[in-house]
Amino acid sequence: MTASLNARNVAAALIVAGLLLLPLYAQLSGNMFVLTLFTRIVIFALAAVSLNLIMGYGGMMSFGHAAYLGIGGYAVGILAAEGIGSGFVQWPVALVTSALFALVIGALSLRTRGVYFIMITLAFAQMAYYVAAGLARYGGDDGLTIYKRSDFAGLINLSGRVQFYYLCTGCLFGGIYLVWRIVNSRFGLVVQGLRSNEQRMQAIGFPATRYRLVCFVIAGTMCGLAGALLANNTDFVSPAVMYWTRSGDLMVMVILGGMGSLFGPVVGAIVYLLLEELLSQVTEYWALIMGPLLLLIVLFGRGGIMGLLGRLHRG
Amino acid sequence: MKSAFWLAGAAVLALANPAVAADSIKIGFVSTFSGPTAVIGNDMRNSFELALDHLGRKMGGLPVEVIYEDDQQKPDVGKQKVEKLVQSDKVDFIAGFIWSNVLLASLKTAVDSKTFLISANAGPSQLAGDLCSPYVFSTSWQNDQTPAAMGLYMNQKGVKSVFLIGPNYAAGKDMLAGVKSTFKGEVVGEEYTVWPSQLDFSAELSKAKASKAESIFVFYPGAAGVQFLNQYAQAGIKQQIPLYTAFTIDELSLPLQKDNAIGVPGAQEWVNDLPNEENKRYVADYRKKYTGLRPTYYGAQAYDAAQLINSAVVAVKGDTSKKDEMKAEMEKANFKSLRGPFKYGNNHLPIQNFYLQDVVKDADGALALKTVATIVKDDQDRFHDKCPMK
Amino acid sequence: MLLVVEQFLNGLQLGLLLFLLAAGLTLVFGIMDLVNLAHGSLYMMGAYFAATFVAWTGSFLGGIALALGATLLLGIVLEFVALRHLYGRDHLDHVLATFGLILFFNDAVRLIWGPAGLALPLPPWLTVPIQIVPGVFYPAYRLAIIVVALAVALMLYLVVMRTRLGMLIRAGASNREMIGALGINIKLLYTLVFGLGAALAGLAGLMQAPILTVQIGMGENILILAFVIIVIGGIGSIRGAFVASILVGMIDTLGRAFLPDLLRKILSSAAASTAAPALSSMLIYLLMAIVLVVRPEGLFPANRR
Repeated sequence: MTASLNARNVAAALIVAGLLLLPLYAQLSGNMFVLTLFTRIVIFALAAVSLNLIMGYGGMMSFGHAAYLGIGGYAVGILAAEGIGSGFVQWPVALVTSALFALVIGALSLRTRGVYFIMITLAFAQMAYYVAAGLARYGGDDGLTIYKRSDFAGLINLSGRVQFYYLCTGCLFGGIYLVWRIVNSRFGLVVQGLRSNEQRMQAIGFPATRYRLVCFVIAGTMCGLAGALLANNTDFVSPAVMYWTRSGDLMVMVILGGMGSLFGPVVGAIVYLLLEELLSQVTEYWALIMGPLLLLIVLFGRGGIMGLLGRLHRG
Repeated sequence: MKSAFWLAGAAVLALANPAVAADSIKIGFVSTFSGPTAVIGNDMRNSFELALDHLGRKMGGLPVEVIYEDDQQKPDVGKQKVEKLVQSDKVDFIAGFIWSNVLLASLKTAVDSKTFLISANAGPSQLAGDLCSPYVFSTSWQNDQTPAAMGLYMNQKGVKSVFLIGPNYAAGKDMLAGVKSTFKGEVVGEEYTVWPSQLDFSAELSKAKASKAESIFVFYPGAAGVQFLNQYAQAGIKQQIPLYTAFTIDELSLPLQKDNAIGVPGAQEWVNDLPNEENKRYVADYRKKYTGLRPTYYGAQAYDAAQLINSAVVAVKGDTSKKDEMKAEMEKANFKSLRGPFKYGNNHLPIQNFYLQDVVKDADGALALKTVATIVKDDQDRFHDKCPMK
Repeated sequence: MLLVVEQFLNGLQLGLLLFLLAAGLTLVFGIMDLVNLAHGSLYMMGAYFAATFVAWTGSFLGGIALALGATLLLGIVLEFVALRHLYGRDHLDHVLATFGLILFFNDAVRLIWGPAGLALPLPPWLTVPIQIVPGVFYPAYRLAIIVVALAVALMLYLVVMRTRLGMLIRAGASNREMIGALGINIKLLYTLVFGLGAALAGLAGLMQAPILTVQIGMGENILILAFVIIVIGGIGSIRGAFVASILVGMIDTLGRAFLPDLLRKILSSAAASTAAPALSSMLIYLLMAIVLVVRPEGLFPANRR
């Protein structure tokens, strides 16, 4: 991954600069909603980045990734409802629970391949969805309102819009950095090698399932963090964040932006959520445009938007 | 930089239309305008627009601007739309809300920004109890009230036992609890079905039949109500066990339920034939303006929401910064409601009558809802004690 | 005891209906290796066509026949215009593209038929309950579904096992490259198979329409069930789809019917009535997870080498 001046790297640099400068723009224009909107986008981008780690680099097509959004969110929400408001407790619990969930379902799911893997991850996410919908004490199907955001003892105030935005952006950049380090490490190379030729890697002596499982757990934990952020952002968590269509949204973001590219999921999240917001302002029939658009991107834009940018440079 | 950045740039520009503090009343209206339940949102919007027509599209002498936002029936989307309305559009009022969960998710944003929120349908028990707020009003009801009225009616009919069926989400549980709070006979069975995915009720109907209950009570809003009634009739139970309902038969579901709905009673706070002048004008003008459509209680409640907002704006002569005065005015319920006069309780929920409705063929031979009797007068929800407001 | 018989029939009816949907899906998946999320949209279109044509012709059976033809045609057009270009691509491309098609179909239906949904009323001869054993009355229409679905399943079995088309289909499911190499017009075969799958989905949709309503998005929840079934049964295997359909239909119905009472014996009544629906809706996913953990390629793997 050499830092040459091609369209993809320029795009990545522009994203970083744009996200960092956004609060300034919001202040100047007096339109704080831009910030609110982008906070949400950044959080979903983090979730998409984590999904990209297993999907793009590891070849594990998880159709249940939204489950961690819910688990991270419910960890924050349930602790808050029980009177434990400290983020120093809530967030570690969110991360550990997500990691444990990923460990268990990963260990079971990784026995399968291909479409069977897609469906078994979906099954586990749906089970998590129904468990949450059955939590009558915590709102059940109607969800749980969080009255007080996680408290970090004055270190950072999550209710301050700009502070919270920078926290989310920081988490996103941290996540991207982590994925970059993983992908370029020996561990990451093995996982990528497993995607392209499992038999050869196993013949060399790498325990395929164990490597995959570690990767799966890291991605789940990262998405759990996104869940904790999302719950704080919406002051609310409900089973709906775990529904299979939400997992589908995350997949669409990753594929749209460009699977297996570092900034692809970020571009995908930005474009997908902005398109949804803009088209829904233009017409109620936004799906009539969005649908064929997705089809066209698949048919003519292999490798997503980042893939297009890459070809632009070469062509 | 192409598509992604071009889009992002365009988006930021499009969103950056800072609200000009023009002399107008700005109202945000959040409801469902896409997906299968868009039909409810459309009815609410139609009625809200009709109310504005009747008001000359002005409140307190100022022009009214309404921004309609689609919540897609998702709590997080609804919350995001409310944030946009508050932060970007800087609206004076937010109205609408079909779904309890969307309302509960959005509540905090509106209340924290001290923007008045008028629920024109959703009535979760929290709203009536510990989450009540000076800035929140309802033109509908609390979930329990309607089924509780149905329970009273079943007592009046001398029904001895009932089998309850409802969807397994908060409103569904509220509804069945509502019947149980007033029904004096025996509850021989209680079944919850998966919401919203379960649409085949054959297992539940078989159990109800086997239970030998004297009656069945159900709550199934929207399309599920159509499905339940179809299956109830097809299973031949209609001739054996009478059905009692809440929010299952309305003008939107009736064209699909057809004859299966005839003779099935429901309880409601508004019926299209209530004899007051405002209601007659509303129903007549609605059917004139939107040919082929008939208004529902969702619409009537949205119409009332517009009238409630108008009463507040008129009281402060258009100066919407006087929040306390507007609140005081709205608490008086000083407008002509389509359901007839009602009062507000301490929790800003109506204290109102509930009527028994039945399905009959009207003059044109079409199926219509008709008021049969008043089940209960001046009914107040049973959660108002939990509301800290006095 | 009579209740058990009745619930058993309910489960059978649901299972057979699911089979119609799953059969088309597993054929397309097994032969073209295409993940078609828009299969649920074809189910929806079948129901909309039926409601429209029945109202238009005034005849129940005539309208249904027209609707079946229309869905078949739509399937062929869809394959020709869009899906044909997806063969050989990554599964994820399929997911994204056909997810786009779902969005498109839902809004197109809303534009054409409006958001309110349609009704498909039954003719009087199908609305009477029929006594099957003394004391057990069962809705005639649900019996009709059982009969029709069984007949279709039998026909499908005969087509797949006894005809040349079926031979090609079986060959395609186990080795795709080989039948191409043998000089079979593979494009035509694919179009035919897709059309057949579409017609089966349409049939499931229009048969379900009088029980449920005809509405936007009706295909999405049932699509997930169909996917669960073909994965449990083993992708590409019609026999697997049949067994898994009946299994899922039974477990879903019997779970809903008897789990609450079972739980009430263990837990308190209140806890049981809240836990039971969550648990019974989880059952089929639990079944799928268990099947896949034990047999990672489903019950009847189609392409064993």
